[in-house]
Amino acid sequence: MIDPNASVLLEVRGLTATVAGVEILKGIDLTVRAGEVHAIMGPNGSGKSTFARILAGHPAYEVKSGTVRFEDRDLFELAPEERARRGLFLGFQYPVEIPGVSNSAFLRLAYNTVLGARGRDELDPLEFDDLVREKMKLLDIDTSFLDRSVNDGFSGGEKKRNEILQMALLEPRVAILDETDSGLDIDALRVVANGVNHLLTPENACVLVTHYQRLLNYIVPDYVHVMEGGRIIMTGDKALALELEARGYDWVVEAHKGRDKAAA
Amino acid sequence: MTVTAIHPCVEALLQGSRGLPRMPLAWLNARRGAALERANALTVPTARDEEWRFTDITPLTRIVFRPAAAAPRLGMSDIAQYIAPEATAHLAFVDGVFVPELSANAGLPYGVVVTHLTAAFGTHAAVIEPHLARHAAFERDLFAALNTACLRDGAFIWIAKNQRCPTPVQLLFISTQQETAAHPRCLVVVESGADCTLIEDHVGVGDGAYFNNAVSEIVVGERARVQHVKLQREARSAFHIANSAVTLAKDATYTSNAVTFGARISRHNLAVVQQGEGATCRIDGLALISGRQLADTHTAIDHARPNGKSAQLHKCIVGDAAHAVFNGKVLVRAGAQLTDSAQQSRNLLLSPKAHVDTKPQLEIFADDVKCSHGATVGQLDTEHVFYLKSRGLSEERARSLLTYAFGAEVIDRIPVPSLVEHLERAVLEQTQARPQAGGEAS
Repeated sequence: MIDPNASVLLEVRGLTATVAGVEILKGIDLTVRAGEVHAIMGPNGSGKSTFARILAGHPAYEVKSGTVRFEDRDLFELAPEERARRGLFLGFQYPVEIPGVSNSAFLRLAYNTVLGARGRDELDPLEFDDLVREKMKLLDIDTSFLDRSVNDGFSGGEKKRNEILQMALLEPRVAILDETDSGLDIDALRVVANGVNHLLTPENACVLVTHYQRLLNYIVPDYVHVMEGGRIIMTGDKALALELEARGYDWVVEAHKGRDKAAA
Repeated sequence: MTVTAIHPCVEALLQGSRGLPRMPLAWLNARRGAALERANALTVPTARDEEWRFTDITPLTRIVFRPAAAAPRLGMSDIAQYIAPEATAHLAFVDGVFVPELSANAGLPYGVVVTHLTAAFGTHAAVIEPHLARHAAFERDLFAALNTACLRDGAFIWIAKNQRCPTPVQLLFISTQQETAAHPRCLVVVESGADCTLIEDHVGVGDGAYFNNAVSEIVVGERARVQHVKLQREARSAFHIANSAVTLAKDATYTSNAVTFGARISRHNLAVVQQGEGATCRIDGLALISGRQLADTHTAIDHARPNGKSAQLHKCIVGDAAHAVFNGKVLVRAGAQLTDSAQQSRNLLLSPKAHVDTKPQLEIFADDVKCSHGATVGQLDTEHVFYLKSRGLSEERARSLLTYAFGAEVIDRIPVPSLVEHLERAVLEQTQARPQAGGEAS
């Protein structure tokens, strides 16, 4: 839902970054307002996941130049955990497995840490159990999730549902979902997408990073950005996603090269 | 006869054998005498001995330990915190001396005997004689020889054929006095078809530099099962050397969970001999050490007969400038066909000065066997830390949670729920030793 007067939640300007000395983002601009759904698409290796991980504060990347404002703060002055507490959420492409820590204890710890930082009361295990079961119902997640270790032995689809469950619990202002659709069959995709749609409000925003258009049949984006070579080279609406699905990425890349040459 | 100079440390430790009363049992006097002879002849191990390559016990040999004098009186309230509520039967030894007032061994079912050795010498000599000092070899091990030479009392557990002890039995060895040495001894005989869960618990009260030199012999009969939990929570400046010798008959099952938290220098030798066909053992260990602690675990699994199984998971969490050693020997003798053995050594280093030496040692003389082993040494995975930070946890909190999880995998396997809970809390406390950033839930 586009409202030009809605507040800006995330504003990226001229962002460049390197990993192990190799430039991987080459100047990204993006503005995300409350209520909006953005899709970032692009071929493998275009820098989409890197962009998502840099926003969340992954230590492997070095930001070289540019700025990111997250609401009223300079994002890069915030440690990853502070970003999370202020409402930035990254749904991982590959959620890690943590044997030995029960999922219910982990979810409650994350909830109490993040929501506690926003002034909410801590929940004891019983109170939290009520809350998490309600959210799990919404996402059609089996309650056996709670007793297992965090993502330990979970299927790809189960891990992604567990990510969306965390999103539901942590109530982010900006949720960045990195390849949330990969590894999901069509039923799981629908369930996950319904969950995300349910969580979207005029107060928050969502950035979907995806290689395929099919997720966007279920979560309809307001903006579709095409990323290539560490830059956003084209922005359109949901029709662009359909065109990419039909024609692939090559034509966008060619058109962009043409523009670059003309500019030179 | 040549006279060799005895190390002053050994000389002092042997003081403990001097005042021993002669026992009415001739065989016992003979075994003690033989052990004394070996203790006099054996030299103190140094880094030149292959078995002690990584473990320098010089600090131990610099202290002249005396035999513990009269033990201070401890009340039940002093030791209650150490006793697992499940362990309705427990024996307490303070500085090596059995304390009946702190023990509970009445009302056990028929065929279950939990008592101290000097009492059992009178009633169960026929059970004891074939086993005592017959499993823990002292011919080549100075510390087993010292323990045996100083043998006066100890714990005795006997489970008769096809009987089971319904609750765990806890043997609590408490050390209280600075610069004293104790030589705890356990003999556990579980007859065929019988079942027993044993908690061998070494605890230090205060922070004295004492020396606890333990020997346990565990005999598991045909089809019998023994679950052995060994807790080493000695004082941080203490020395702990323990020999556990386990003998398994046909189709016997033995599981070991050895948890090492304490002592400045500790060494645990666990030797399991599968003397009968089709025996199974599962051996898990966790060492959680920091500061300048050294924890050495040497295990030896002897597959002497066919169809044996062994599975082993040994984990070390090493902080500060601490040093962990693991040597896991698996011997498959000729004829021990269809042996199935798997060994894993996993090590987590929490600081740049933390150090681990891990060495699997497979010696296989049979050709139709399945044996695997693997070792990893590393730090916490940065992807794991980042994942938790992205969920709002501070760096410190993320690291302590992951460290805890690493140790919990071993602790979760302990078959005594109250110990699992207690030890997991201890791991959490130790991994959160430093102050936390604000805003976290516990």
